[in-house]
Amino acid sequence: MLRLLTIEYHKLRYSKSARLLVTTYFILITFIALIASIEFKFGGVEFRVADQGIFNFPYIWHFNSYIAATLKLFLAIVIVSMMSNEYTNRTLKQNLIDGLSKKEFILSKFLTVLSFSLLSTVFLFIVSMILGLSFSDYTEFSIIFSDLEYLLAYFIKLTGFFAFCMFLGMLVKRSAFALGFLFIWWIIENIGYAVMKYKLFRGSEIADNIAQFFPLESMSMLVKEPFSRLNVIQSAATQLGSEISKDYGIHWYQLLIVCIWITLFVYFSYFLLKRRDL
Amino acid sequence: MLKAYSILNKILQINNLTKKYGPVTAVKDLSFTIEKGNVYGILGPNGSGKSTTLGVVLNVVNKTSGDFKWFDGRESTHDALKKVGAIIERPNFYPYMTAAQNLDLVCKIKNVAPDKIDEKLELVGLLDRKDSKFRTFSLGMKQRLAIASALLNDPEILILDEPTNGLDPQGIHQIREIITKIAQDGTTILLASHLLDEVEKVCTHVVIIRKGEKLYSGPVDQMNASFGFFELKAAETEKLHRLLDEHPSFGKITQKGEILVAFLNEPLEAEALNKYLFENGLVLSQLVKRKESLEEQFLQLTNQISA
Repeated sequence: MLRLLTIEYHKLRYSKSARLLVTTYFILITFIALIASIEFKFGGVEFRVADQGIFNFPYIWHFNSYIAATLKLFLAIVIVSMMSNEYTNRTLKQNLIDGLSKKEFILSKFLTVLSFSLLSTVFLFIVSMILGLSFSDYTEFSIIFSDLEYLLAYFIKLTGFFAFCMFLGMLVKRSAFALGFLFIWWIIENIGYAVMKYKLFRGSEIADNIAQFFPLESMSMLVKEPFSRLNVIQSAATQLGSEISKDYGIHWYQLLIVCIWITLFVYFSYFLLKRRDL
Repeated sequence: MLKAYSILNKILQINNLTKKYGPVTAVKDLSFTIEKGNVYGILGPNGSGKSTTLGVVLNVVNKTSGDFKWFDGRESTHDALKKVGAIIERPNFYPYMTAAQNLDLVCKIKNVAPDKIDEKLELVGLLDRKDSKFRTFSLGMKQRLAIASALLNDPEILILDEPTNGLDPQGIHQIREIITKIAQDGTTILLASHLLDEVEKVCTHVVIIRKGEKLYSGPVDQMNASFGFFELKAAETEKLHRLLDEHPSFGKITQKGEILVAFLNEPLEAEALNKYLFENGLVLSQLVKRKESLEEQFLQLTNQISA
């Protein structure tokens, strides 16, 4: 396993664009800290984002994993191109001839996906910890380490998304087209959802129940938007006479759905490679 | 004892291998065996199934039926391939890595120590360019790097598919020199080519395929049971023709301008023929004994089947 990871690391470390994208990604995650310095005036009232409790434990785990997850596209580009470049450079063929089995090839790519997700999760943990310890109103041990399941969800979410990218890179063989396909797939899911919600199953929950099984939707459901959970927003809503009641929690079946997708994407990638004549 | 010895020497066995691409049959019921220490050529016109055959045994093309065994089936194909060095078609490397970095990666894949990189780069004359990026290389250099890469694990067999394709004469010469050098070291080589003289110059054994079917396999010099032919010229062409007709060793006799070409049915030395003609009162102005070149034999073979 370590051999496969070193092989993949060797391929990535010398690629300038991969290095640039990965570095940018991690720098951007640290930029979450910059949100703390956002200040603006709202109807004569001085408004500091950092004072709104976004960096309070344990809410910070939810908030940061949501924000950091939006940056995943940077790594997605790296993943897609590391798959499709093997086709365009025809190095996949050479790798196999040199004695890598097709299984090992897919495994090496999936291990890279896992490492990227893990690295990002650990990095996010450290950044959030530092931010939380400097800005949080509560720093009791038990509060700090509650709601850590958001990090697990974050990890699964990234792995799922990257596994999808890996599969697309394998399927389409060209990075630009694979990313385009990703975008088209996203549109398809949304149109599918809209059609079900507003045409087929109007006024019922069926559309949502089906859509939670879609690959991209199931991933985005894992970490829901955290903004409406903020006190400011909650109180604003109450003033307007409405109540926001939403389930922000992470459920085991949601994790399971994404895990099943991950398995399928890895298996499909292997299946494609096995069937193909290179 | 003898049997055990011969099993150990079997590097690759192909049995009734067939590959179909949709309705097209690229390789049809092909069988041959590669033994240690020989230099094999797979000869066939373009599109005859050479690369497909190599693709199948190298794990990149899926076979339709039949089977193949590396090293007598003692290990899985991908493990066996770690002991094989192969270059098929264009050289494929990561363009953003240097020559040395690319070779280092191959070492990692083949699970061998990277300490032979410099030695192999030296062998193909690329040591001074080891830190240049692969994308800056010319085709000839890329091909030489591919050979260096295939040799990194000191392979039991080196497989080369059209190694001189697209190279300029100088490049072709360099590659052939390298191959000859490697063959002299006792490495088994399998060389696929449509260039006859290439195979003739380098190989001891040949497998000829056409449209995916095997026409011949065996030593190069036994390819045709031919004893060669004479090219003869004399002032009295008709008398010469008559004398040759009377001689029991000759079969077909054809005339090319003033020269008679007489094909042998059985071995006959040039001296003996000269003596026979002289004793019968004929003086030759030209006497050449030749064997068919591989090209002529190859054309004969391929035509026999198609006719």
